[in-house]
Amino acid sequence: MRLTRTLSGAEASKEVLAYYEEKSMKNWRNDAYAKVTGKAKFTDDLKFANVLHAVPVYSDYVHAELISIQSDAAAKAEGVVRVITAKDIPGSNRHGQIVRDLRILADDRIRYNGDVVAIVVANTREQAMRAAALVTVEARELPVLLDPEKALEPGAILIHEELGTNVINTHKVRRGDVDAGFKQCDLILEQKFETQFVEHAYMETEASVCRERPDGVMEVYGSMQHPFSTRRFVSQFLGVTLADVEVIGTPLGGGFGGKDDTAAIVCARTALAAKLTGRPVKMMYKRIWSMRESYKRHPYRVYYKMGVSKDGIIRAVQTKIIADGGAYCSVTPWVTWRSTVQCCGPYVVENVKCDTVGVYTNNVFTGAMRGFGSPQMNFVVEQMVEMAAEKLGMDPIAFRRKNMVRQGSVTITGQKLDNHAVAMEQVLDAVMKEIKYDEKIAKASHGAKDKDEWYGIGLAMSYRGVSLGAEGVDLCAAIINVQSDGSVLLDVGVHENGQGSESVMMLLLAEELGIDVEHIRYRRSSTSTIPDSGTTVASRGTIMGGGAVKMAAKELKTKIGPVIAPIVGGAPEQLRYEKNEIIGTTGKISFDAAMTEMFRARVFPHGYGLYQAPKVSWDEEHGQGDAYFTWVYGCQAIELTMNKVTGKVKLLNAVAAHDVGRAINPGMVEGQFFGGMAMGIGYALHEEVKMKDGKIVNTNFNTYRIPRSMDLPEMKAIIVENNDATTPTGAKSLGEPTNELMAPAIANALYHATGVRQFVLPMQHGKKKT
Amino acid sequence: MKLTVNKKEYTVEGAALEKRLVDFLRDDLDLTGAKNACDIGACGACTVLVNDQATKICPRYVKELDGASITTIEGMASPDGTLHPLQQAFLDAGAVQCGFCTPGMVLTAHAFLLKHPSPTRDQIRRSIYGNLCRCTGYQQIINAIESAAPFYQQGQQVT
Repeated sequence: MRLTRTLSGAEASKEVLAYYEEKSMKNWRNDAYAKVTGKAKFTDDLKFANVLHAVPVYSDYVHAELISIQSDAAAKAEGVVRVITAKDIPGSNRHGQIVRDLRILADDRIRYNGDVVAIVVANTREQAMRAAALVTVEARELPVLLDPEKALEPGAILIHEELGTNVINTHKVRRGDVDAGFKQCDLILEQKFETQFVEHAYMETEASVCRERPDGVMEVYGSMQHPFSTRRFVSQFLGVTLADVEVIGTPLGGGFGGKDDTAAIVCARTALAAKLTGRPVKMMYKRIWSMRESYKRHPYRVYYKMGVSKDGIIRAVQTKIIADGGAYCSVTPWVTWRSTVQCCGPYVVENVKCDTVGVYTNNVFTGAMRGFGSPQMNFVVEQMVEMAAEKLGMDPIAFRRKNMVRQGSVTITGQKLDNHAVAMEQVLDAVMKEIKYDEKIAKASHGAKDKDEWYGIGLAMSYRGVSLGAEGVDLCAAIINVQSDGSVLLDVGVHENGQGSESVMMLLLAEELGIDVEHIRYRRSSTSTIPDSGTTVASRGTIMGGGAVKMAAKELKTKIGPVIAPIVGGAPEQLRYEKNEIIGTTGKISFDAAMTEMFRARVFPHGYGLYQAPKVSWDEEHGQGDAYFTWVYGCQAIELTMNKVTGKVKLLNAVAAHDVGRAINPGMVEGQFFGGMAMGIGYALHEEVKMKDGKIVNTNFNTYRIPRSMDLPEMKAIIVENNDATTPTGAKSLGEPTNELMAPAIANALYHATGVRQFVLPMQHGKKKT
Repeated sequence: MKLTVNKKEYTVEGAALEKRLVDFLRDDLDLTGAKNACDIGACGACTVLVNDQATKICPRYVKELDGASITTIEGMASPDGTLHPLQQAFLDAGAVQCGFCTPGMVLTAHAFLLKHPSPTRDQIRRSIYGNLCRCTGYQQIINAIESAAPFYQQGQQVT
């Protein structure tokens, strides 16, 4: 590989791209061969001798006090080995990343229709399913709370009595003086918006296989994006130490934020079944169980008030955000925190009062999903700015330019954006130019009466804080273990969710060591070999994992230098690592031979790297702080037509530009663009988890409609690179930003087509009277 | 009854006849490329070729398929491991992310290109309508199929 560490930033990126193109490696990933040949072994593909099969048992209740579970008939059914209820749990049945309110098996109450009351373990899955139908539940029904605003009313029944409230959390932003701000305004707009429950719809459902090893360690294979969290759930559930559980990386068939709590719970139940039966146990979720039980994207109700002066400046924003957390807390406080911090979109507003509340209800619980609280707010803000501009008689783009964040701007939480390139206008310009926005907006139909088919174009833009921000502890580890023949083992604490993180880590290491990527093997990840590096969520994989790889390579070189410098000449720290060689002032040695020399010298070429995200701060009382250590900027636009008679919307063409800092694997970067945009289109137009009396009615792909190929337009990705000084690799985030803009872009395009605004998701375009 | 899977003939008897084809392939033959993801033929993750027709097999039973010739994803590459040009196109186009839909997607595209070696982009988009993918937005999958078409235009017999 002709890359060296001396190349950095955008320059290196072009070099990387040229290198891939030359070798047909633009889209290289280490697991693609296995995946395209069917060799990749996902959880349900794993086979263990003597394995048992476990299935969950649900009740018909939505909210009820549990009296008893009768499982005798099931236990006696053909092939059944064991029926497990909460009474069998050796450890704790109280779980949760923030509030420990989640029961892995219902013990006191049923709080939503997806609560599991028992596990049936049998020789075959069919036998387990047949027996599961024989388990009966006796319970006393309780009043059912499905409306978050009713759940906040005094006297409402408490879903978790011990907490004394149905409020999960509150957040706020206080900036300036909104009352004074509104007084300066020539125009005040108020609008209510509502969004829906959304299913992640990962193609692979939750699954786990567990077996107890001869040494007593519980080995956990499973479909999850958070091995360390899974390990915590399993160890606490079994009442054993963290070292007694090993969660082993398994190819993941999609996560999108959804394979966290629910995936961990499924693993914990499977582990318990393996422990109690002494045999390997597999639990593979049917789609209908997955969609019934797994957590969703939060539905929001947003009351938004925006005040502007006639010169086109947003003077004040006041908003109340109500998020339905469903039956359990999960990560509702973190999701709603991001919504709070980003409640004004990428605009500078001097006077802001934002109050956010997460609420318990008896609906399916809600948690992390790609976007994490931003898709809801962008749907609101990017329409509000256009509505305000129109009322002022201003061009909405000009209005945006007047208010958007720029280099050195101060955000609504008081953070000065001066440590990275503020690329808001750059991405906006890139999208407008590519899609020819100015030319096309002039052709929009605006609901013209003389046309049967209306045309519209719309765009939306956002900024987004990178990684966890003040939400959580943000560090990641990497281990490089070079062998005596020069082959390299790499282990990083981020998880391969399907996005290609392993490949990116390998490419970065190849670049650091100046070796071909084929020299590197990515170790099958295990929670027992590397420090807990947190979750592969929040679009933090590349930024955190890449940082750790870079630090580990740095440490490795401090070991290589003193041994190899005397052979090739020059100072240890001045060696160059290029084209599979280590080069000094007087000579050079192949990387492989150098590693043999290292072993001869009894210096192991082993590097450990830890990357900790730069400091962030948050003052909960005043809702102010440096919320994130750096930010990304994105803009998306879409063209569409709507048939006036049928209401049918046809998407014609979509363009997105995102500043990614640096694109390490450009093909995979584009894949994140397209996948995120597609999911955003589903969010805008098609997807909604429908509830009837607290029970989900659409639990499979025939009734829950994710975008199919024909639902989507051709998409164009514009990768903007402003090497980020705050990150070791220059790379930033992309997974989530791509998913947070299509709903408002489509809403704006539909408005320009029809003259009708969209305040509810999914958009009711076909049903609206026009 | 007889069933040919990836050019190898099997005699199937007894309880195996009552199985769904997807379970038979996965459990009895350890061909796990075909996935279970919806059980109702809505997502296409279980797609294999039945007599060169792309077929969602989760609702199909072994006993219905007497004498059929099945090609699974495991039968696409050469015995020496060299990828079929369509598989290679998926790699080169970046069409693989989580990979769960990939086997069904490749086989659906293969059956389509066998019949339509010179498709338009719209026809390609239409051809994978029955196969769901949550990761890619289909864009790079469509690119892959488009770039593999010239191979089929040469009239190559494959697999």
